Amino acid sequence: MIKIVSMRLFQAILVMVAVTAVAFIMFRFVGDPVAMMVREGASQAEKDALRAALGLDNPMLIQFVEFFGRVLHGDLGTSFRYQQPVAELLMNRLPATLELVLVATVMSLALGIPLGVVCALKPTGFLSRIIQSATLVGISMPTFVTGLLLILIFAVNLRWLPSSGRGELVNLGGWQTGFLTVSGLKSLILPSITLALFQLTLIMRLVRSEMIDVLSSDYIRFAFARGLPRSHIYGRLALRNALMPVVTVTGLQIGQLIAFAIVTETVFQWPGMGLLFTNAVGYPDVPVLAAYLLFVGFLFVMINMVVDILYTFIDPRLRTK
Amino acid sequence: MNTQTPPVLDIKNLRVEYPLTNGGTLVAVNDIDLTIRPGEIHALVGESGAGKTTVGNALMGLLQAPGRIAGGSISIAGKQINTRTGRTEGIVPGRDVGAIFQDPMTSLNPLFTVESQLCEGMLAHLKISRKEARARALDLLKAVGIPEPERRLGSYPHQLSGGQRQRVVIATALACDPRLIVADEPTTALDVSVQAQILKLIRDLADERRVGVLLVTHNMGVVAEIADRVTIMQNGSVVESGSARGVLTSPKAPYARTLIAAVPPIEHRLERLPVPSEETPATLKAREAVRGKTRSAAESKEDEPMLAVRELCVEYGQRSFLPSRRTAFKAVKSVSFDVKRGEIFGLVGESGCGKTTVANTIAGLVAPTSGSVHFQGVALEAGRTKSVRQSMQMVFQDPYSALNPRMRINAAIAEPILFYELASNAAEAREDAAILLEAVGLNGQSGERFAHAFSGGQRQRIAIARALGPQPSMLICDEPTSALDVSVQAQLLNLLKDLRDLAGLSMLFISHDLAVIRQMCDRVAVMKGGEIVELAETETLFSSPQHEYTRELLRLAPSLDRILKAENTAA
Repeated sequence: MIKIVSMRLFQAILVMVAVTAVAFIMFRFVGDPVAMMVREGASQAEKDALRAALGLDNPMLIQFVEFFGRVLHGDLGTSFRYQQPVAELLMNRLPATLELVLVATVMSLALGIPLGVVCALKPTGFLSRIIQSATLVGISMPTFVTGLLLILIFAVNLRWLPSSGRGELVNLGGWQTGFLTVSGLKSLILPSITLALFQLTLIMRLVRSEMIDVLSSDYIRFAFARGLPRSHIYGRLALRNALMPVVTVTGLQIGQLIAFAIVTETVFQWPGMGLLFTNAVGYPDVPVLAAYLLFVGFLFVMINMVVDILYTFIDPRLRTK
Repeated sequence: MNTQTPPVLDIKNLRVEYPLTNGGTLVAVNDIDLTIRPGEIHALVGESGAGKTTVGNALMGLLQAPGRIAGGSISIAGKQINTRTGRTEGIVPGRDVGAIFQDPMTSLNPLFTVESQLCEGMLAHLKISRKEARARALDLLKAVGIPEPERRLGSYPHQLSGGQRQRVVIATALACDPRLIVADEPTTALDVSVQAQILKLIRDLADERRVGVLLVTHNMGVVAEIADRVTIMQNGSVVESGSARGVLTSPKAPYARTLIAAVPPIEHRLERLPVPSEETPATLKAREAVRGKTRSAAESKEDEPMLAVRELCVEYGQRSFLPSRRTAFKAVKSVSFDVKRGEIFGLVGESGCGKTTVANTIAGLVAPTSGSVHFQGVALEAGRTKSVRQSMQMVFQDPYSALNPRMRINAAIAEPILFYELASNAAEAREDAAILLEAVGLNGQSGERFAHAFSGGQRQRIAIARALGPQPSMLICDEPTSALDVSVQAQLLNLLKDLRDLAGLSMLFISHDLAVIRQMCDRVAVMKGGEIVELAETETLFSSPQHEYTRELLRLAPSLDRILKAENTAA
C-alpha cells in the first residue's frame, strides 16, 4: 500500500516538473517581458539593466531553476494587469470555484447514481425511458442556455433566488465561504444546478451501462441462486462493482469543472477562477496564465493520484500484487 | 435404498417454453420426469442446447424472462413449486436449494471477502447472528477441505486458486443446509487433478449430509466417476434414464449410443472415432482439389524434422528501473523436441504448465528469452519471412472469438490466400475459399454468411479452413476442441486426421485432455511447470508411463471404461 502511494507520488512530482517547464517556456515566448515593462523610447542600456535586474541575462537552465524555486515558495509572479501577486489573486478566487464545484458534484452523484440504478434494473421500463430522455435534453443543451433559462424562471419571474454573485460571505482564516449564510447558500443553487446537469447525465448513463453489465455477471446470478434479498444484491453486491469507473470519471470531471467552469461562472457573474482566466487571456496577462497552467496541472495530478488510491481501497485485487 | 423417505426432487412432465418474437414458442424442456432421493447424485447429460441447464434454472427460480414453466410440476423436499409464478411457497433458493456454478473464477464477487460471501446467505435465511454465521462459515470451510480456514475467511477470491474457489462456492451452496444441490458443470473449468478432488468432495458431501445432487454436465467421465443415476437429454427431451452404470455400459436409445461412442477413450486408440461420417461426394471432390495444391507446395528433404525446438526458455518479467526489482516468471524452462514430417505431436499438461506459451513462441507471437526454433531446417528469428509465416498456421481454442464477427466467412478465408498471393484475384480466392469450406464439411455457398450464423463446431471448421488457405506445411492447434461438445469434437478430430493424411501436414497438437491426445497424436510430451517431464511415443506413454506426474495424470483422468471395468470386476 505504502509502496503504491509513494510510487504515485513520485510520478506526480515528475509530471509537475514537466508542467512547470511548460509554464516557464510560456514566459519566454509569449512576448518579451522587458519590452512590456520599460517605458517607451528607453535606451538599450536601460533595457539591459532591467534585463540584468530581472535575471533574464542568465543561461536558460539557471533561469528555470530560479523560476522553479520561486514556484516552490508560492511566488507565482505579479499580474501584469492587476499589479498584485498572482498567488493572492488565485487565493481570492479559488474558494468561489471550489465551493461551486463541490456542491455541483455532490448533487450529480446523489442523483446520478440512484437514477442510473433505476434505469439499469428496468432498462425498457417507462420510468427509465423518461429519465433517459430527460437527461438527454440536459446533456445536449449548452450550459449558457440552461443557466439563462434558470435565471429567467427562478430569478426574474419567480424572484426566489439571486441571479448573480455569491451573496454574503464569511471569512474563515482567509477562505471566503458562502456556506454559512442564507444568501450565500441561495446564490449557490442556480449555478450549481447548471454545472451539475451535464455531470449528472454522464454519471447516470455510466452507472446504468456498468450496472447492466454487472447484473449479467455470474456472481450476480450466483447471488440470486442463493436467494439473497434483492436490495442487498442490487444495492451492495452489484453497485460496488459498477461504481469503479464512476470514481475515475467523477475525478476527471471535478478537475474539468474546477478548471473550466468558465461558461457557468460568466453567466452567473460568479467571481471564480474562470473569470480570472478569461480576462487574463484577453489582456494577455502572462503570469496569471502561467500560474493557471501550473494550477490546473497540479489539480489533475492530485485528482488522478487520489482516484488511484481510492481504487486500491475499493478493489482488493489492486492491493496485493 | 431410502425408498421410504420422500425424494428431495421430484419433477413430473416439466415443460419450459420461450415465446419467440415471431409469435411461436421454443420448447426448451419437453415433458421431463426426474426424481432424486437424499444422498443421490443424478447426472443430467446432454450436448449444448439440450435443455439440461434450463432444467436446473427452472428449479432454482433462475429462468430468464420471457422463459416460463408451461406445464408439469416440480416439488423439492415434498413442497411444490407454483408453476404459474415459477416460485415456491416454503422453498427459498439458497436455503432449500444450493447452487454450484461452472466457473469458480467468475461466480464469486471480486470485491467481497470469502467470509462476507459465505455469511450473507446464512444471515438472510437462517435468522442467526453475525458471530454464529462466522462460526458456521469456519466449519463449512473445514468441511470442504480448505487449508488454513481462519485465514481464508478474510481472503478475497483473487487470492485463492481455482480449486479453492470452487470449494468456497460449494461451501456457500451448503451454507444453509439445503436438501438439494444443483451443480451446473462444476468441474468443467478445472484441471484434471483439481477436478478429481472436487468430484470426490461432492460425492462425500452427498453421502455424509444426505444431500441430493442434480449434476448437470456434458462429461461422460464425470458421470461415470460419481453419479448414481443418469438422464440423457436431447433437444429438450429425455432420451434415456436409468442407473449410471446401466446407461453407460449398455445404452438403449440410438442417440445415447452415439453420444457415448463419441467420447474418446483413454484406454486404447481408435483409427477413427465412431461418429456418422459427413463425407459427401462434394467433400471428397473438394479434398482432392486441396490435395493437389498442398502436395506441390510441400517438397523438401524427408529426413530432416519439420520443426526442431532446442532449449527454449520464455520468461515473462516485470520491467523495473532497479535491477533488484526486476522479477521474472519462467513460463517455459529449456524445452526441446522435434516434430517430424507428417507427424502429430502432442503437448499435454495442466493449466499454467507452459504448453500454450510454447505454441505461441513457435508461432512467433511471443519472443523466446533463449533457445532456438528451427523450421524446415531454417532458424527462426524475431522478424519472420513471409514464407515461414505462410507455412505455419494456427487454430485457436475458442471458435467464437477467433473469427471476425464483421467479416463474411469467405472473405475471412480468402484474405490470407490473397495476402500470400496464392490466387491472382479476389474472385479466384473466393473460389478457393468455397473449396476449402467443402473440404472441411461445410457447404461452399455458406461463405456468404457471417460468423454468428454458425454453431461452435462449424466455426471451428471455418477456422481450420482459414488455416489451410495459405497451404501450410504445419498446423499449430491449441486446444482446438475443448470448447465443443463431444460429438462435434469427435467429428473435428476425425477431420483433422483426414486433413493430415490429405495434405501431409505436420501438427503441433495442444490439449489438456489425455483421451484426445491418445486418439490424435503419434508422439506426446507431458509438460509440468514449464518443463517437459516425459516425451515418448503415444502408445508407450499410455501403456507404461515412466514419470510420476504422467502416472498421476492418467490415474486422475475420469474415464468411462476404467470405472465400468472396475465395477464389473467388483460385481
